[in-house]
Amino acid sequence: MSNEFTPVPSTGPATQERSRNHFVAPLEETPLVAIDVVKVAEKPSNLWIDAWRDARRRPIFWISGVLILLVLVVAVFPGLFTSVAPNNDCQLALSNGGPTAGHPLGFTKQGCDVYSRIINGTSTSLTVGIIVILLTTVLGVVFGAFAGFYGGWIDSVLSRIGDIFFSIPYILAAVVIMSVLAQYRSVWTISLAIGIFAWPSTARVLRAEILSVKQSDYVMASEALGVSKLRILFRHVLPNSIAPVIAITTISLAAAIVAEATLSFLGVGLGSDIMSWGNEINQAQRDIRTHPQTLIYPSVALSVTVFAFILMGEVIREALDPKARALR
Amino acid sequence: MAGYILRRLLQAIPVFIGTTFLIYFMVFALPGDPIIALFGDKTPNPAVVAQLRAQYHLDQPFVVQYLIYMGGIFRGDFGISFSGQPVTEILARTFPVTLRLAVIALLIETIAGILVGMVAGLRKGKLFDGTTLAISLILISLPVFVIAFVAQFVFGVQLGWARTTVGEGAPTIDLILPAIVLASISFAQIVRLTRSSVIETSSLDFVRTAYSKGLGRGRIIPVHILRNSLIPVVTYLATDFGVLLVGATVTEGIFNVPGVGNTLYQAIIRGEGPTVVSFVTVMVLIYLLVNLAVDLLYGLLDPRIRYVK
Repeated sequence: MSNEFTPVPSTGPATQERSRNHFVAPLEETPLVAIDVVKVAEKPSNLWIDAWRDARRRPIFWISGVLILLVLVVAVFPGLFTSVAPNNDCQLALSNGGPTAGHPLGFTKQGCDVYSRIINGTSTSLTVGIIVILLTTVLGVVFGAFAGFYGGWIDSVLSRIGDIFFSIPYILAAVVIMSVLAQYRSVWTISLAIGIFAWPSTARVLRAEILSVKQSDYVMASEALGVSKLRILFRHVLPNSIAPVIAITTISLAAAIVAEATLSFLGVGLGSDIMSWGNEINQAQRDIRTHPQTLIYPSVALSVTVFAFILMGEVIREALDPKARALR
Repeated sequence: MAGYILRRLLQAIPVFIGTTFLIYFMVFALPGDPIIALFGDKTPNPAVVAQLRAQYHLDQPFVVQYLIYMGGIFRGDFGISFSGQPVTEILARTFPVTLRLAVIALLIETIAGILVGMVAGLRKGKLFDGTTLAISLILISLPVFVIAFVAQFVFGVQLGWARTTVGEGAPTIDLILPAIVLASISFAQIVRLTRSSVIETSSLDFVRTAYSKGLGRGRIIPVHILRNSLIPVVTYLATDFGVLLVGATVTEGIFNVPGVGNTLYQAIIRGEGPTVVSFVTVMVLIYLLVNLAVDLLYGLLDPRIRYVK
């Protein structure tokens, strides 16, 4: 066995022997400091942990979070906030009346309690918003994922279908659907009418993201290992490209709430038997000159709710997108 | 260029057929009956129903109805509204008003949006920037009918600066308040877009080079930063023009502006299903045509777009 191939320990007789023949510079290593310590036990950071760390440092995250929590509690437990029935205790004698004890926001034209109607309308708005984003996310992810991942004719067909739905402004489409469905107005039909035309933007965002993610080395590695296409899509590509979809979901929820209110305001939304802020605004608009308060309170409730979701959406979007973080 | 125009026109055909087909399919396939809905709670006379069905070809199979409608469109016939007027006649009367409103709104949002967005972007992190961001988020959160009612109440009822309703044959000056309302949400979007674009451009190498060459801010901001920041803003404005033309239903309805949107608004409120459908179809067609025109114009202005498939 030749000496040349024997591994030489850094210190010891062999090094000393060598240093006689060669100049060996002394080690110039700075000692390890606290910052270099690798905590092996710590969970490795990823996009979601980074996003959470970024979001929780921002005051507007907590402001919008508290507002959203409040809206959720009101929606789920309206009984905690008012004991006045929204529909039954109406007295025409109190029509458009001002605030009295137990009725802090006054009365509607029909003599119903404005505050109670606003509290009881909260769950309608939220339910529509949640059904719509579930619908748009499912449709958008299915269309976007298959179009972006498989490409070719599948992409062409799916993208053209998306183009068609995208070309019809979704409020106009919902107006058509809801005027045809005049006898079947409910939270479900209105959510369907909004969601069925709102998904192409989700699909487009996901498709674009998947187009870049599928170029990654780990996708190629999985292919080389013989993993099936469908499994690559769901195990590797989709989890790594879902962030932009999550980022726009909260904003879509706000848009859906506005869409429901707009349709109800136009009179093609929910039936008048369903408590909804849009319906309240619709009922109050004729008396804007004389009794603006019945119009203003539901508008404020609607705007504050939408504002909370838009703020949260901004925080999430900026937290998930490092490029957007640089802009603030 | 000819190739680009041809390709873009060919792409528009399936979308055109698809959208009109989709609207017709919805009306046909959904369980409601627009004719019965027209009578509200009353029980309609069967003879009247049959006559209305024949008039609107609702007694024919779906595909035949669709082909009759498409044939009409190509002959310039969009059907008859429920009040008995041809839709084209109503359009000829109302579209110029909507166009005027959209142009005024576009002017307002362009000038104000770019100006405010630019100042905010150049003063990133300062008080003006923070205030602008907050106001733009609030504007985006406000549904358009809330903005319309607030504007109507404050400027129309309380201050008396503007008329609350516009009405037929009103002078252009009366359109300014509805135009501001219509422009408000897009204004907020343009402010945010201009701001982020200005911030991004300001950090690019050529801007630093311009500064190190000794150029003054008076030249760098308009020539180097602003011109290069406006590309995404112009893209947004172009597509927004289509949105303004067809998205004015609520604003026109509230301010009683005698435009296309108001006609649709009145038809919706009266529950005139078929009129709603024909006007929505017309608006979708306007939207498609504006977007097509914008795309073609874009190909003319920016050679890179012609080569992107």
